Amino acid sequence: MTARKKAAPGKAATDPLYKLRLYIAGKTSRSEAALSNLQAICDTHLPGMYRIEVVDLLVNPQLARGDQIFAVPTLVRQLPPPVKKIIGDLSNVERVLVGLDLRAVAKKERP
Amino acid sequence: MARARDGRKAKAVPKVPTGIAGLDEVTQGGLPRGRPTLVSGRAGCGKTVLGLEFVVRGAVQFGEPGVIVSFEETPGELCANVASFGFDLDSLCAEKKLLVEYVAVERHEIEETGEYNLDGLFVRLQHAIRTIGAKRILLDTIESLFSGLTNLAVLRAELRRLLRWFKDQGVTVVITGEQGEGTLTRQGLEEYVSDCVVNLSVQLNHHVATRTLRVVKFRGSSHSQDEYPFLITERGVVVMPVTSLGLSHEAYSERVSTGNDGLDELLGGEGFYRGSTILVSGSSGTGKTSIAACIVNAACKRKEKAMYFAFEESPAQLMRNMKSIGIDLAPCVKRGLLRIEATRPSLFGLEMHLAASFRAIEEFQPRVVVVDPITDFVSLGSPHEVRAMMTRLVDYLKSRGITAVMTSLAPQRTVQGDEDVGISSLIDTWIVVQLYEVAGERNRGLSVLKSRGMPHSNKIREFTLGDQGLRLIPAYRGAQGFLSGSAREAEQHPDGREVRANARAGQP
Repeated sequence: MTARKKAAPGKAATDPLYKLRLYIAGKTSRSEAALSNLQAICDTHLPGMYRIEVVDLLVNPQLARGDQIFAVPTLVRQLPPPVKKIIGDLSNVERVLVGLDLRAVAKKERP
Repeated sequence: MARARDGRKAKAVPKVPTGIAGLDEVTQGGLPRGRPTLVSGRAGCGKTVLGLEFVVRGAVQFGEPGVIVSFEETPGELCANVASFGFDLDSLCAEKKLLVEYVAVERHEIEETGEYNLDGLFVRLQHAIRTIGAKRILLDTIESLFSGLTNLAVLRAELRRLLRWFKDQGVTVVITGEQGEGTLTRQGLEEYVSDCVVNLSVQLNHHVATRTLRVVKFRGSSHSQDEYPFLITERGVVVMPVTSLGLSHEAYSERVSTGNDGLDELLGGEGFYRGSTILVSGSSGTGKTSIAACIVNAACKRKEKAMYFAFEESPAQLMRNMKSIGIDLAPCVKRGLLRIEATRPSLFGLEMHLAASFRAIEEFQPRVVVVDPITDFVSLGSPHEVRAMMTRLVDYLKSRGITAVMTSLAPQRTVQGDEDVGISSLIDTWIVVQLYEVAGERNRGLSVLKSRGMPHSNKIREFTLGDQGLRLIPAYRGAQGFLSGSAREAEQHPDGREVRANARAGQP
């Protein structure tokens, strides 16, 4: 089901976990860009608190239904609730942070 | 019209039949095969039902599995929608004839950043098409994407790509779109769908809604530009391509009895022509319904099916009343020879009445049809509309060789009872019943005002209704002219000199 899984090692179970799923349709430059953008954002703002799952719809088309995917790339924040969706290559960091409800976190970390 | 163009059909665009009553006639064969068709219209005009029926009938009647892509309605809502015209969506899905793909576009949970495309949708559609080998697709309504996504440039490019992709897949697509102000669709979908565009609308006339359908565009095919009324019935959409009827009906030389010897005698001794249109007009209480019932009864005795459209009486009331004059219609109904369709005229608009009548006639296949009375339609539209409707009804019945009997309520004391409806020129045989007030009594006089193609009497006959049925008493002409009722009886009485004198003096 998953094309790639990534979990930060050595985290305590009490930390909130961001369970993120990135839907792509084939390995395109856009999907690669989305994934690297996502990883960069997560490493900066959610160090060790996230898990990314990449779903390639060309491989598993039936999975598009469950999360109501119609555009790619689409990032779905499955946890914590509520479910959030961010469409696009995630190139605009600010928008991604808004979409993930991470604005507060982002501000805290800035001096 | 369709017939004249049959010869060119081979060269025309290949079409897929919709199975929707009337629509295949209007489009001369169906929607363009392997191409998208846009169905536009305002909210509530029947776009979704039309699209659903196209896909469902394709799966059920034409062995073409279909995918319903719903952007607005959940599968449960769709199921109820499809059930409303008599199909079970769940079991069709279980049989792999249909597949419902529900695409939810939830604006509030979507954030956009950077570049994207609609490959997700493509993947889902492709998966759906492959799963059941779909040949037909409904997209209802793809405009929802416009409310969910903000990047219009991407959306438009992707829509264009989607429609091209559908063509490559060889599937016939119906796309619904909400009508905009001055444009066919709010989002300009007509830009992308250039092959076939169907527009639906609802018009309110005299507080009654009439739905109409128009084929705005059909590339590579001839089609009618007219607006056709349509209904959404318990069996789906029914389009009424009635204006395409013409004056090409056959003329029958067979004569059929009216069921009354006296009336037959007035009509050259043999009754009226089969397939002709008979108007019975008169003021209230002159026995119009009785004459119609008599004709129906005679048809049933000949084992011909008859249909009675009653707009003022319920079937039970009609049967009771007719029984009182010796016309027992109940056995006819029981044997399946007579069907009485009773509705209040104000229940529907003109078009709906016409459509409902056509449907009932198609179903029952009668040889005689009664419309009692036609004057009730006057309140439903302008004189022009009523006349147009009657013309279409008469044309329709004639084209099928159905004998039509129409009653018309004339205002008191006028002979020409058709003033309200203005259809006398459509009528082949016109029977007029008048009331004469003579010597303190009211008597009926019946005459044939016109009867095309046959010799008919110019005499006014006295007409009575009793428990033995209709009786036409030969015209009695005394010194004073036409005599009726007790004056006639007095004149005919062997020693009636005294009675006669009394009658003339107006005494009993």
